[in-house]
Order: sequence, then structure tokens, then C-alpha cells
Amino acid sequence: MSEMNEKLVFDRPDSIIDRATHYCPGCHHGIAHRLVGELIDELGIQDKTLAVASIGCSVFLYNYIDVDAVEAPHGRAPAVATGVKRSRPDNFVFTYQGDGDLASIGMAEIMHAANRGEKICVIFVNNTVYGMTGGQMAPTTLIGQRTTTTPAGRCVTHEGAPIRMTEIIASLGGTAFAARGSLDSVKNIRKAKKYMKKAFEFQLNNTGFGFVELLAGCPTNWKMTPLQANERLQNEMIPYFPLGVYKDVSEEGGVC
Amino acid sequence: MTKQPERIFVKGNEAIARGALAAKCKCFFGYPITPQNDIPEFMSSAIIKAGGDFVQAESEVAAANMLLGAGAAGVRAMTSSSSPGMSLKQEAISYMAGSEIPAVIVNMNRGGPGLGDIGPAQGDYFQSTRGGGHGDYRHFTFGPGTVQEAYDLTIRAFDIAFEHRTPVLILGDAILGQMKEPITPWEPENIDEEGGRDWAIMGKTADREKRLVKSLFLLEGELAGQNKHLQAKYDAWTDLAEAEQFETEDADLIICAYGSIGRIAKTAVRKFRKEGKKVGLFRPITLYPFPAAELKALAEQGKRFLTIEHNLGQMLEDVRLSIRTVADSDFYPIYPGNLPTPDELEEPILNCLEGK
Repeated sequence: MSEMNEKLVFDRPDSIIDRATHYCPGCHHGIAHRLVGELIDELGIQDKTLAVASIGCSVFLYNYIDVDAVEAPHGRAPAVATGVKRSRPDNFVFTYQGDGDLASIGMAEIMHAANRGEKICVIFVNNTVYGMTGGQMAPTTLIGQRTTTTPAGRCVTHEGAPIRMTEIIASLGGTAFAARGSLDSVKNIRKAKKYMKKAFEFQLNNTGFGFVELLAGCPTNWKMTPLQANERLQNEMIPYFPLGVYKDVSEEGGVC
Repeated sequence: MTKQPERIFVKGNEAIARGALAAKCKCFFGYPITPQNDIPEFMSSAIIKAGGDFVQAESEVAAANMLLGAGAAGVRAMTSSSSPGMSLKQEAISYMAGSEIPAVIVNMNRGGPGLGDIGPAQGDYFQSTRGGGHGDYRHFTFGPGTVQEAYDLTIRAFDIAFEHRTPVLILGDAILGQMKEPITPWEPENIDEEGGRDWAIMGKTADREKRLVKSLFLLEGELAGQNKHLQAKYDAWTDLAEAEQFETEDADLIICAYGSIGRIAKTAVRKFRKEGKKVGLFRPITLYPFPAAELKALAEQGKRFLTIEHNLGQMLEDVRLSIRTVADSDFYPIYPGNLPTPDELEEPILNCLEGK
């Protein structure tokens, strides 16, 4: 087929930088990044967006998204974002955090930022494992899941049960929107983008705190192929972390 | 600067808060801990009235990271705490130093280690002047000795923070924070709240590259380069070192003391002078950079030194490093947990003067 006959149907969003990512094959961070980029373009907010990067594989978010960004210490992204948003309330501010960062060391910061109703958005990528440090147990690691620090599998009586963050965040007064999506299939990716868009709009409307959890795969640390990882996501993760909207104040009457 | 005629009678803590507002501080992030609570309490209403914002954070950790965020956005912001709380803030301060984020941080030093007590002490000198968190860094540190100076230095702290892209620390103690004195407030002129922020995150415009404020440098040689850059910046601060000299010209013995203890030592020096005894005071106003050259000049005149601190010997190391090629310093510690008086200092000063 000649070049003249080709029709471009899938292009790179303007706010995504044209460079190869460092992520492992089959990792879903690339999809999550793309969704963020698509929404920044669609909402026309590239010039007002400030990203707060966290610690872990996704710290390099700022290498791929073409917006101003600051790097936060482990788990503290919601506090850093609070400082950014309070000092520049007209900007759009989002954090992008993994499960180790957000649900373990950063549990206090995420809970209180949500409870205060900070006008920020949090994209929470949950792959049930510490990625960058080499596959240790996370607060979201499933029961029986083998990691480098749970070699016999996570045991509820020894390590506790996996934490469901979206349910917790949805219970807090300042949360305007909380939802859980998944990046395992086209259908779920489309749904996840709708959730993210709603969270973004809540901030743009100055309503309240927006939280979207994205279930994602980590084939490297799960020691699986990308396809096996997707199957695990569907068969093991989604049943424990059910998808859907957990809080939407536009349907409930708003937050104070 | 325009001097305002009115005098107000305020605590040291309130003077710092008022100084920050005069310096156009726009955001304050606090967490309660004695003896600095007057600062967030004052700010919780005053900064809102001034058109800024106040957050009582969930922890000192969060407050310091909120400060990091505001500083990265190029906005004048401040937090305050006291010793145990300062330990918790060190993570963010290290990141701010590494990312070259300007911010002002107040520590009203209390007794330690651990939970210690809520009384005055100077045990945080090392933490304040060495870089209390991880990595090779320093931050500019002021040690005010009066309530007026606390006000004045807070205003200067913001200027230095933004001129040099660095966290600046104001190290006081429970005496300074809780003591009331009359001060003359003043307003600095021509504060450019947005100028010179060509590194800060504000929202990418079409005519420039995105901005990134970070402390992670993974490429070969990149971190070494950043450390070299930071060290050169710290070295250049030597010219900004400042001290008060009181009755030092003809003195045989120089008392080295800073902050509240410097002030108490000054009272003791005045008493000795009335008795005709040749004692003087050298009071560092900048604790980092330490006024080493000025102190060494005194040592070269053949003077003797006695360092007095409300700790077990921390600034003593800087005094000795400054004068090491020509002289040494004796030391008198005031143990944290004790409240010093000028009378208590007389015997050790007299002993030193008489060579005992």
C-alpha cells in the first residue's frame, strides 16, 4: 500500500511527548499516561496543568507528558499537590501514584487530602506490587500472591488483607468523585477514561477531590507474559477490586 | 524600606508571622507543636485576611511537603515547627534543597533528644546548619536574638530563599518565641512576587519548554554535576555571613553565643564591663553560613574565646573550625532542661578570664 492510501486513525496526543517510554513490555502505565494525555488535549488544559509525580516506576511520568511538573517524595504527592493547588488555585493539578506510594507510605497524605476536599485529581495505578524496587509486597497485594517479601504468598493473618483504596476514599467527606477502572481490555480502558474525565471535570468545576483507581498489570514482577497478566487482572484482581463508580456528588448533591 | 511609626508589643512567634506577612507570604502550612503554636494560630486568620491561604496539615511531614509544592509553584510560603516536628520535616527539606525550591521554615527549638521538654534549648544547631536530612546539602540559617530581629530576619529569609532558590531556616527557641517585646514593624518595598521565577511550575505556555522541578538525577555524572552546582552555591554564601560584635575591640575574652543565649550573654558582658573587665560578645546572626572570617580576625588579634550554648557543644565545632589555625575556644554548656540566667554565666566567664 502506498503512503497516499494510508489513513491515520490513531495519533499521539499533543500533550504526550514523542519518545519511547522506559516501561516494561505489557506494563499498563503507557496506557494510563495516554489517557491522561488524551484528556488534557480534549479538555484543552495543557497550559494550565501541573503534574505531581510520585515515587516508583511512574516517577518518570514527567518525561512523557508535556506539562509543567514537580517531583514529590515517597507517598507525599497529595500534600505536594495541596501546596501547588493552594498557591495556584486557577491551575489544574493532578498526582499520579502507584499502590506502594499511595496506599502504604502515603496513606495519611491521600486520606487527608481527600477529606479536606482538595481540588486536585489523583490517578492511582494499582498493580498489587512494588514495581521499581523489584516486586515486594504492596498493601494491595492479593491473598496468596507471591512477592519477593511474601515468598510463600500473602497471608491474611500475617500481612493483613489487601486494602481497597477507592472504597475508603469514597467514604470521605471531601471526595467529589471516586471510581475504579481497569486497563486490561479496550472496553474497560474506555470506561476508565470516562471516570478520569469526570474526575478532571470536577476539579475544573471547582467541586472537590477526584480519585480514579486504575487496575494495571506488572508482568515483570508477576513473572508472567503480558497476556497472562491481563488474564490475572480479569480473573483475580477485578473480583477483589470491583470496578465502577463509588462516589459521584453530581448524583448525590455535592460536597460542602 | 519605609519605617512605620507605630510600635507593637508582640511575642517572638507573632513577630515572625507578621514578618512573613510583610514579606508577602501567600501560603502557610502548619501543625501544632509547643512552643511555636502562636505562629499557625496567628496565620490561620491573618494570612486569609491578607488574601493568602492557610492549611493545618495532618502532620509535620505533610506540612513540609505542602511547602515544597507551593515553593515549586514559585509562591512565597512558610511552615513552622519545633524540634520533634522539625525531624519529621527533614525529608521534604532535603528534597527542597535537592530540587532548589525556595521556602522559609521556622524552628523554635525545644529540649531534646526525643520528646525532651517544651522549654528552650539549642540542641538543633547541628540539624539546622549541617542539613538535617539525607544527602549533601546546606540551607541558609538565621539565628535571631531579639523579637525585632526575628521580624527583620523573617523578611530577609524570603528574599534569600528566592534569590538563591533554597530553603531558609529561622532557628529560634522557646525563649524567643514566647518572649514579648516592643517592635517596629516595617514593610519591604518592591517585592516582585512573580518575577525571577523562570524555573517555577505555573502552566506550560506555547512559547516555552515544560518546566520540571525535581531532585532525581540518574544519568551518569548528572547527580555529581548537581552536587557540584549546589556546593558552589553554598560556598558563595560565605559573603553573606553576618555577626553582631559587642565590646569586642579591646576585649581579652570573647564570648561566642547565638540567639537567646547570645542575648543573655550580652547582659553578663555588660555587667563585667561595668566592673572594668575586658569581655566582649561575638553573636553569629547567620548560623549557616557561619561568620568564620570575622571570628578568625578576632583570633588573630590574640583574643581568647569561650563558647556558651544551650546544648552540649555544637556551635563550638564551628567556632573551633573558624579559629583553629590561631586559637582555641573553651566551652560552657547549659544543659537542655535548665533555664539559663545572666548570673549563671558569670562564674564560667570569670574563670575563663582569669585563666582558671
